[in-house]
Amino acid sequence: MPTKQDLLDLQFIDARHKLIDLAAFLDRIDRHPGAADFRYAALQAAIPILLAARPDRARAVLDALSDHSPDPIPKATFQGALGAAQPA
Amino acid sequence: MYIEPHAHMVSRTTDDYEKLAIAGCEVLCEPAFWAGFDRSSPAGFFDYFRQLTDYEPKRAAKYGIKHYCWLCINPKEADDPVFAREVMALIPQFLDGPTVLGIGEIGLNKNTRNELAIFEEHVQLAVDRNLPILIHTPHLEDKLKGTRLTLDLLASFSQLERSKVIIDHVEEHTIAQVLDAGYWAGMTLYPQSKCSPNRAIDMLEVYGSERLWMNSACDWGVSDPLAVPRCILEMKKRQHSAESIAQIVYHNPRKFLSQSPRFVG
Repeated sequence: MPTKQDLLDLQFIDARHKLIDLAAFLDRIDRHPGAADFRYAALQAAIPILLAARPDRARAVLDALSDHSPDPIPKATFQGALGAAQPA
Repeated sequence: MYIEPHAHMVSRTTDDYEKLAIAGCEVLCEPAFWAGFDRSSPAGFFDYFRQLTDYEPKRAAKYGIKHYCWLCINPKEADDPVFAREVMALIPQFLDGPTVLGIGEIGLNKNTRNELAIFEEHVQLAVDRNLPILIHTPHLEDKLKGTRLTLDLLASFSQLERSKVIIDHVEEHTIAQVLDAGYWAGMTLYPQSKCSPNRAIDMLEVYGSERLWMNSACDWGVSDPLAVPRCILEMKKRQHSAESIAQIVYHNPRKFLSQSPRFVG
């Protein structure tokens, strides 16, 4: 099993790149006109999970972006998915 | 040498078969799914099933790859139950084909009542014929709810052999409940909307490899038919042994798929 040092050597630059890209995305949204929708709010709500002292941050982020309603819906209004649950 | 247990080759070029063969793919399985657009008639599905059961095995064989398929009407096109049942009526005539493994990929897309009803009818068809089942779970924000509804539905089939069911596209928030319920789980290596190779390897390390496989699910969208060999490379970088790599990319899919008498890969 690789050590923490092995993983940092292997993946730090990639993680750094992804973190800066996320920061730039937030800057970009702030800089542009118009109102952000529920997806931006969902992203903002999930970001603090990254700093939580827990072993399952990926799972927690996915949970935060998921639809937690229990029942099937009557009819699909579109076929795709948006990446964050729309507020009820 | 590896098995690609989930790829939608009807949407791919012949170049991709060549690349897969060069990368060591020996067997490829193609579940019936959405082809990037809604088909306008059951006749469209009839031709699709001919393509899956006749044309693709021949195209793959030119590159030394054994091609198998799963049949169904996929959940994206199953929200109209009248249409879906007309398509389902076509399936039995194809089920005895020499390369047809079972029923799939069935399941849910937007977690609707109609999708659930058609899903249930597919499961019953598989149970009646003692066939393995491959289940699609929904995308992104719909996956968690869809997985819960899927597990609830499957639990209502007392005669279902859970070891003959694989629930695909699991991620960190769904894998435990699938494995805990006794099913197989598939991890899909797909850009942006599913797992990266490193996340899939994380899940392997956390949950073990006993009832897991990984696949590319390459299709009409931005996707990578070589996602499994790329993940093999990442596993090597993360010091996984040759034996553990072979377990997840060859022995595990072979074990699950061998539950179909048609599978001789």
